[in-house]
Amino acid sequence: MNGCMERIYNGLIKENPTFVLMLGMCPTLAVTTSATNGVGMGLSTTVVLVLSNMLISMLRKVIPDSVRMPAFIVVVASFVTIVQFLLQGFVPSLYASLGIYIPLIVVNCIILGRAESYASKNPVLLSIFDGIGMGLGFTVGLTAIGLVREIIGSGKVFGFQLLPLADVAAGKSGYVPVTIFILAPGAFLVLAGLTALQNKVKNNAAKKGKKVREASGCGEGCASCGGCSGKVFPTGNEEE
Amino acid sequence: MKELLIIAIGSAIVNNVVLSQFLGICPFLGVSKKVETASGMGGAVVFVITIASFITSLIYKFILVPLKIDYLQTIVFILVIAALVQFVEMFLKKAMPSLYNALGVYLPLITTNCAVLGVALTNVQKDYGILAGVINGIGTSVGFAIAIVIMAGIREKIEYNDVPESFKGTPIVLITAALMSIAFFGFSGLI
Repeated sequence: MNGCMERIYNGLIKENPTFVLMLGMCPTLAVTTSATNGVGMGLSTTVVLVLSNMLISMLRKVIPDSVRMPAFIVVVASFVTIVQFLLQGFVPSLYASLGIYIPLIVVNCIILGRAESYASKNPVLLSIFDGIGMGLGFTVGLTAIGLVREIIGSGKVFGFQLLPLADVAAGKSGYVPVTIFILAPGAFLVLAGLTALQNKVKNNAAKKGKKVREASGCGEGCASCGGCSGKVFPTGNEEE
Repeated sequence: MKELLIIAIGSAIVNNVVLSQFLGICPFLGVSKKVETASGMGGAVVFVITIASFITSLIYKFILVPLKIDYLQTIVFILVIAALVQFVEMFLKKAMPSLYNALGVYLPLITTNCAVLGVALTNVQKDYGILAGVINGIGTSVGFAIAIVIMAGIREKIEYNDVPESFKGTPIVLITAALMSIAFFGFSGLI
């Protein structure tokens, strides 16, 4: 059981996909206009990640190495379609606000990345917990960014009015929301602050002489996403 | 004709794929260091998205809808796109080596560019026909090319600036993207 807990700790803190690995930036920027959306997207991704990790780990000895990428993609896409139907049926409001980003979970680097680097090499139970850990880490990341943007941008927390708004007409003083934070530029600004913070932590650690693991994120070029960016179908002449 | 023009301008500038829909952030941040490589990537994306939106519209209209399996669109589209990108790569290598040399390195990166799948799915969601779908694809990808080339131009200048230690690298690029995104908001009254 110890190994399972270690996987969850690893996903939540040590290799947090949002804050440390910087994976899956598209949904991170797009759906975090509110904390509720962040939680919804995070949990949907978690479900897909856990199920696909489980199935891929079960099939790891069956899938031939040369066609593993298309096989992984089909597995992930099937689960995404299932999750899409469930959301559409049971939480239509969330389905409407997440929109096109639900089917786009398929191309989220985190899922194919975990399938390639963990689930295809490890036993089923550990892979499930790896999926839970990574998924929760992603959910925490999205929720945190969503909270920041929601509080600054509209003074709300999970849709609840935390900061009373100012009303100029009634002469009431209060919080004036910075609307830009729930619009597109706000996403870039919040993420910029976040990566700067990460750089600061890294630089400080480097000054103290600690060895810092390089984050394999999009900032360093997407080629480092490993499994995500390689050739999906083998042509027989890759130099591997 | 007027509707098609509105779709093209809307997807290229007003709802810019990178700056307001956040699709294709990875290559936007990763391959925008030099104008030369950025325009190569932009060209490759225009090429692939145009073909992909045509093929996926065809498949949706003539295979998925008649067979009533349109709920399989996500699975079918991603496989078609992945296969298509590799087919395009092989075809270019044999038929047009000069174009392949210019675009070749960027092609494999495009498979997981969510903009390609995003365009295919938007076409379905908005009920675009085949022609409107292709126009939407061209508009979106040209919008991507515009954004990444502008970004590369700015980044070449940032090289010479005195950026605070913590903001070096990705953070300053993201702030630039935020400013560009604000600028693109100016187009929102266009249509």
